[in-house]
Amino acid sequence: MVLIGVVIVIIGFIVRLNPLLVVTVAGLATGLLAKQPLYEIIEQFGSAFTTNRYMAIFIATLPVIGLLERYGLREQAEALVSKIKAATAGRIINVYLFIREIAAVCGMTSLGGHAQMVRPLVAPMAEGAAEAKYGKDLPADLRQNIRAHSAAADNIGLFFGEDVFIAIGAILLMKGFFDQNNIPADPLQMAMWAIPTAIAAFVVQSIRLILLDRKLDRRLGQSNSKHTATGKEE
Amino acid sequence: MWISMEWIYVFLGLIALGGSLYTFVDRKNPRRFTSGLFFALYGISLLFGSIIPPFAMGLIVIVMVLIAGMGGLKLGSYGEATAEERQQNRQRLGNWLFVPALLIPLLTIVGSLGFKEVKIGELFVLDQKNITLVSLGLATLIALLIGMALTKSSPLTPVKESRRLLEAISWAAVLPQMLATLGTIFTSAGVGTVVSDLVAQIIPTHSLFWVVFAYCIGMALFTMIMGNAFAAFPVMTAGIAIPLLIGQFGVDANHLAAIGMFAGYCGTLMTPMAANFNIVPAALLDLKDKNHVIRVQFPTALILLAFNILLLYFISL
Repeated sequence: MVLIGVVIVIIGFIVRLNPLLVVTVAGLATGLLAKQPLYEIIEQFGSAFTTNRYMAIFIATLPVIGLLERYGLREQAEALVSKIKAATAGRIINVYLFIREIAAVCGMTSLGGHAQMVRPLVAPMAEGAAEAKYGKDLPADLRQNIRAHSAAADNIGLFFGEDVFIAIGAILLMKGFFDQNNIPADPLQMAMWAIPTAIAAFVVQSIRLILLDRKLDRRLGQSNSKHTATGKEE
Repeated sequence: MWISMEWIYVFLGLIALGGSLYTFVDRKNPRRFTSGLFFALYGISLLFGSIIPPFAMGLIVIVMVLIAGMGGLKLGSYGEATAEERQQNRQRLGNWLFVPALLIPLLTIVGSLGFKEVKIGELFVLDQKNITLVSLGLATLIALLIGMALTKSSPLTPVKESRRLLEAISWAAVLPQMLATLGTIFTSAGVGTVVSDLVAQIIPTHSLFWVVFAYCIGMALFTMIMGNAFAAFPVMTAGIAIPLLIGQFGVDANHLAAIGMFAGYCGTLMTPMAANFNIVPAALLDLKDKNHVIRVQFPTALILLAFNILLLYFISL
């Protein structure tokens, strides 16, 4: 019976109701079935919402990013990469994936992020590289795909890099959990055994980014004539 | 401490509340009152979260959900710069535009690594428990001041511009907090134990491979339900890994922890419940399909999940 909330969430997401509504209904249903009084459930909503305010931190980046966008930050990012001949959408994203993952391995998990890096810099650069190669009018679906890959690189680099760093939250959580259960555990060993998957993640995603470039080539032609017409550096 | 997390919440709250004032009077927005109310309430919840009693906060949340659920959030007009304006400004500022943007990550790292345990007088400079978040908040503020000096813009411009971005993200901005809330309710209702019992019942416990398989898949699935691998780890590890993998097969705890957590992260890549990683970016990047980021991550997640299962199996043989 406690799984009713899970069922509501899955159905809600499949039929694409507003997720906020789905989540709230799922929470209310789960609480009511566990025979909690309504007053307490609403209190629980309120206090959990307050505790998790830190998730709103991306809002802090919006004023400066919005301001810079107004003054052409995204266009400048596009223009910068369009001068680099070897740049392709896949390669740009791959370089970002590499930087993001290495930084996370060194514990610098804040080097990156969707609001501060992907939207203003990485995605425009990747799109700019594609535009320089295939012309300004990229098909909408490919443009969306490039953006989604930019966001995915941020997540994958962060997730699979950070656990290699000993002092990261995940390692400390696991150490604490084993300590509670009287099982000997060593953070250094845990971090070391994160390395194979960290490498595998980079390799897999890099291959997929090469495939993304191939897909762009296939759909839009190897070297579009528009580039030779407009590009001075040819 | 000198600068606590509450100050950062005040900054966040002012951004949301300040923007909402413009929304209330935005005649281009067909639902300007409800849209404005949504972001005003959100701003208030960020500003005064530590003072508002939980029940009142719960009601605020429910009002916000009702506004979003009934289509009360609509876009207005944001007086965006035209392509020519952006082009002109860009030529004037050139690569200087990157300076404030790159200062955000750099200053965050300086703050979170350089100000660890640094005191002025008796007090820590930065909130030590939330040092990365406080550093990020301060970094954006410094970058904003430098950006304003660079562009010589009025202080109202960033308020208007952040309203443009925040309203494009719309309800997805609040979703991560709501999902974390649901996670708390799931935990207190005992969803975790039910799931790990279910998984434990299905698997043949005499086979190392199938137990490893069940643990990794269980981590991924439960993470997909909760949207958070940290919530899945204690439940799955206590339910499957400790009695079976460690107790029966003598698997090294360090191995299974490192690899099991990654199996959970594979789940994070595949679920809309991890909204801050998957849904908010889709909104930020104006993707038509809010699940587009998940779609792109799906193949990678499945391949890595298989890799983790095989890796844990072979090093445990």
